[in-house]
Amino acid sequence: MPKNRAAIIGVGETVFRKHHPDKTYVELAQEAAVKALADAGLTMDAIDAVVFSMAPTQFMGVNDADKWAVDSIFAAGKPFLRVHTGGATGGSALHAGYAHVASGMYRAVLVVGADRIAETPDAQHILNLIWDRFYEHDVALNTVTMTALSTHRQMHFHGTTQEQFARVVVRARRNAMKNPHAHLKGIITIDDVMRSPRVAWPYKLFDICPRSSGAAAVVVAHEDIAKEVCSRPAFINGIGAIANTVFMGDRMGPSADTEMSEIPEAAYAGREAYAQAGITDPIRQIQVVELYDPFSSTQFPQLESLNFCKRGEAARLSDEGAFEPGALLTVNPSGGTLCTNPIGVTGLVRVADAALQVMGKAGEAQVPGVRNALATALGGSVQFATCTVLGADSV
Amino acid sequence: MEKTANKSDANVIYGEWNVRYAYSVGKVAGTFFEGLKRKKILAPRCTKSGLSYLPPRAYCERSFEPCDEWAEAGQEGVIEAATIVTAAFENLPPPPYAIAYVRLEGVNTSMINFVQGLDLTDVTAAMARLKPGTPVQVEFVENPEGCITDFHYIVKSVS
Repeated sequence: MPKNRAAIIGVGETVFRKHHPDKTYVELAQEAAVKALADAGLTMDAIDAVVFSMAPTQFMGVNDADKWAVDSIFAAGKPFLRVHTGGATGGSALHAGYAHVASGMYRAVLVVGADRIAETPDAQHILNLIWDRFYEHDVALNTVTMTALSTHRQMHFHGTTQEQFARVVVRARRNAMKNPHAHLKGIITIDDVMRSPRVAWPYKLFDICPRSSGAAAVVVAHEDIAKEVCSRPAFINGIGAIANTVFMGDRMGPSADTEMSEIPEAAYAGREAYAQAGITDPIRQIQVVELYDPFSSTQFPQLESLNFCKRGEAARLSDEGAFEPGALLTVNPSGGTLCTNPIGVTGLVRVADAALQVMGKAGEAQVPGVRNALATALGGSVQFATCTVLGADSV
Repeated sequence: MEKTANKSDANVIYGEWNVRYAYSVGKVAGTFFEGLKRKKILAPRCTKSGLSYLPPRAYCERSFEPCDEWAEAGQEGVIEAATIVTAAFENLPPPPYAIAYVRLEGVNTSMINFVQGLDLTDVTAAMARLKPGTPVQVEFVENPEGCITDFHYIVKSVS
């Protein structure tokens, strides 16, 4: 059990787009840090430690860019650590910041990061290089093909159709119109998704997230500070995380102890986070989820693993409109990862956008009456999962 | 395209990384790759859990005991998952190509490789021939060199 309660008391995000020609990488991270501190009403003097959220640095092209960022994010003179769990990095970084405070070691922590995926045209080459050199690298695995393979099983088991995935994209891009930070946004149709160029079956171009540039930051503080300086903090009431085998071939077939297409890692991480946060009936207790969904097929298995509905039901509920803003469960009111994917901070953006909903600061995307919000992140070969439950009340 | 480091125009500075490696293979992968040179697929097995692994590994990830024997895997198996890539990715093969996780006879896990010999002109039709459960067989290249691309899978013809 944690020694102290902790809350998010400040959030900062830059606009996300393909390029930020007006800033260097570290200046981008700085913008998010400045915004989060201003939102919290604190200066750097009040921050005891800094956690840096950054995945592979080969996209932005400076090896281990955390060291370059130290000055820009005002971390000189403070304890500093970089966290990296691939796509789950931002979720893990938030958990590290939370543990700093919950353990009693520090009272206020800045969690910040930036990424810019489109500095190189070779992004999927870099994402092929994350596989072991011996067995899987040469077989054209990258993040697109690995999830296409998993989606093949999802469709096989549950009969989910490409049109049902397309509807997720349509909703995401529409939701993103109310998020001033989102990268892709607009009104599109299922037909537009279906007619976009084929990439790796069943994915077409619009089923896949963009390569985004941008930064995010949150200030995590001890409950006492939160209550003193923030009228509506987002309490971090539950965290859960898990790592699974890197080998996807171990996660399928009769001998497997987990089924890859179900994203079972989210179930394990969710169970732990729910237990800490007192969530026993998620569909009634949680109003908003910010799911890590870089592909159109990534939402359904997560919603099922997180017990918002039974296995195999999410696609039908999506068709019926259950996941629209203000409906049964608001899924990704920000537009989610399908609209914005700056990999090294995407998990932190999920947390930040969920926190804004709890804090009542989500602007046009605000869902009324949010008491609990959930954020996920997934990384590696969909082997890392983090789950964070934020609440308007401390539990 | 100009890629020389330190050249710049008004808005960007160009760069390129060229880094070379020699990856130590070790005993486990070494045994597997030596097997491939003889057109055999060798899989390590843990006698405590009874599980046989491909890709190979040193320790059983269920029993946390060393995999203590090797056995030759069957060269027939079934597809567990597949996709057909139709877009070009930098430094990856020219499309189209099919890849699949296949569980070979006698092995508990699935291993990915290319699927060859399938007409990929009609992607939907080709995917219908790659459903989970579809029988496939291993085909080796004529002169294996001790690497994963020494073999690929082919869909067994329906008689």
